[in-house]
Amino acid sequence: MKHFINGIIKENPVLVLMLGLCPVLAVSGTVRDAAGMGVAVIFVLTCSNIVISLIKNWVPSQLRIPIFIIVISTFVTINDYTMQAYFPELYKVLGVFVPLIVVNCIILARAEAFASRHSVSASILDGLGIGIGFTLAVVAMGAIREALGSGTILGKTIIGESFRENSVLLMILPPGAFLVIAFLMAGMNKWVKK
Amino acid sequence: MEEKLTVSISPHIREDISIRRIMYSVVVALLPALFFSIYIFRMKVLTIVLLSIGAAVGSETLCQYLFKRKITITDGSAVITGILLAFNLPPDSPFWLPIVGSIFAVVIAKQLFGGLGYNFINPALAGRAFLMASWPKIMTHAWEIPTHGTLSGIDAITSATPLTVLKEAKGILADPLSSAQSIATAKQALFQLGSKTSLSNLFFGSVGGCIGETSALFLLIGAVFLLVKKYIDWKIPLSYIGTVFILTLFIPTGINSLFHILSGGLVLGAFFMATDMVTSPVTPKGRWIFGIGCGAITVLIRLWGGYPEGVSYSILLMNCATPLIDIYTKPKKFGVVKKKATTEENTKEKERLG
Repeated sequence: MKHFINGIIKENPVLVLMLGLCPVLAVSGTVRDAAGMGVAVIFVLTCSNIVISLIKNWVPSQLRIPIFIIVISTFVTINDYTMQAYFPELYKVLGVFVPLIVVNCIILARAEAFASRHSVSASILDGLGIGIGFTLAVVAMGAIREALGSGTILGKTIIGESFRENSVLLMILPPGAFLVIAFLMAGMNKWVKK
Repeated sequence: MEEKLTVSISPHIREDISIRRIMYSVVVALLPALFFSIYIFRMKVLTIVLLSIGAAVGSETLCQYLFKRKITITDGSAVITGILLAFNLPPDSPFWLPIVGSIFAVVIAKQLFGGLGYNFINPALAGRAFLMASWPKIMTHAWEIPTHGTLSGIDAITSATPLTVLKEAKGILADPLSSAQSIATAKQALFQLGSKTSLSNLFFGSVGGCIGETSALFLLIGAVFLLVKKYIDWKIPLSYIGTVFILTLFIPTGINSLFHILSGGLVLGAFFMATDMVTSPVTPKGRWIFGIGCGAITVLIRLWGGYPEGVSYSILLMNCATPLIDIYTKPKKFGVVKKKATTEENTKEKERLG
């Protein structure tokens, strides 16, 4: 349980460890995209953590990185085709960021630093925790950016029609992503330090 | 007798100069342009300026209170940010626009980076860039026709500001699909824009544009005051405007160089925003580089960029380059031995090591 909570708050991959910022900045324009990305990462991270902790005793240490990458890319491919088949719209929006999960440093870091040294059950909890931590961070960004930038949440108008028409366009543009993540990190810093 | 002798280190003669004094001098220098703007765009302009100042000062106070810093709103820097931001807005802006812009300028661009002296870009221009990215439609369409004048400064076209007319006319001329009639109108517009009446309209300010940028004359009155007081350095505006003049003289732009200098926000930007003490280089050589860079980027954006005007972005970009310019233009220290000696030392060292 400790491993699970750890990934969400104290070692939140995005807001505390600052890993995998590229997809966070790129696909957090709306809550839907962000959630889609988050679920994909949870799936790949948990599955690869399980497999890597299962095979950890047979992996020669010189070859561990290529082997980890093969395991991860297997699950990314599964995820890639599944999304393409069942959520074509979401897949189109996320575009290159779905295959790029292979090189997402969060997943490789967990494989290297956690799954290859811990039991299967701990690795599952760690994968879920880190994955959910990532998802929460990216969805929070998506919510803030969508609310301010488009005046909607999940496509539904909030605050009011007049705000939707004059929303803060900057927030869904790249500079908005940097601004929001800076504020979230600052808030997280303050909270965690307490 | 002993008490009359004060022992102190140099400098012994100081000018009674302070941040507050400089800041309020800049405010005074901006007043002529403001009064003229109220005259041509009526009282709505004053409301926008006051709202902008109010929001800037208010958010600065709140920020400093929340960050537990010393509250320094009386130094006038927030007032200037407010005025300059309002000067960069179209006269028919909705009233929330200056407020949002000022809050962004003061909170994000200034206080979060540490307050006055620590901001790396000009807050007012950062506010303008934020508004421009967020509400491009308002920022490029909320023009107002000035009293005793037309929006474009010429009679033929009354729907856009001079630089927009220039951009559109050149777009028509560059498009092979344009009809003969529209080409004729575009050529006519270009001719009229470059004419003496248009230039004098631009100089005196009876054209459309942002609140504070229209009248070169009234901005210059304020600028001369600051130059005489030596609160701003002549090198930046001279190299800035000079670069724009020379570049547009030699690059065929379809219009004369004087038009490029007088139109848009160049005079306002060169004298009041590029000279910002915090965000421009401190070395004399650096100031020349800064001004030339601003001028080159402005011309680049105006002639080949997507926007009709490039003054604000050019200054912001050069603001970002300021620390680098300062590092490279550091004056030589007196008495420092040149490199040659050190290489000799190195070879000796190598020989010794064998």
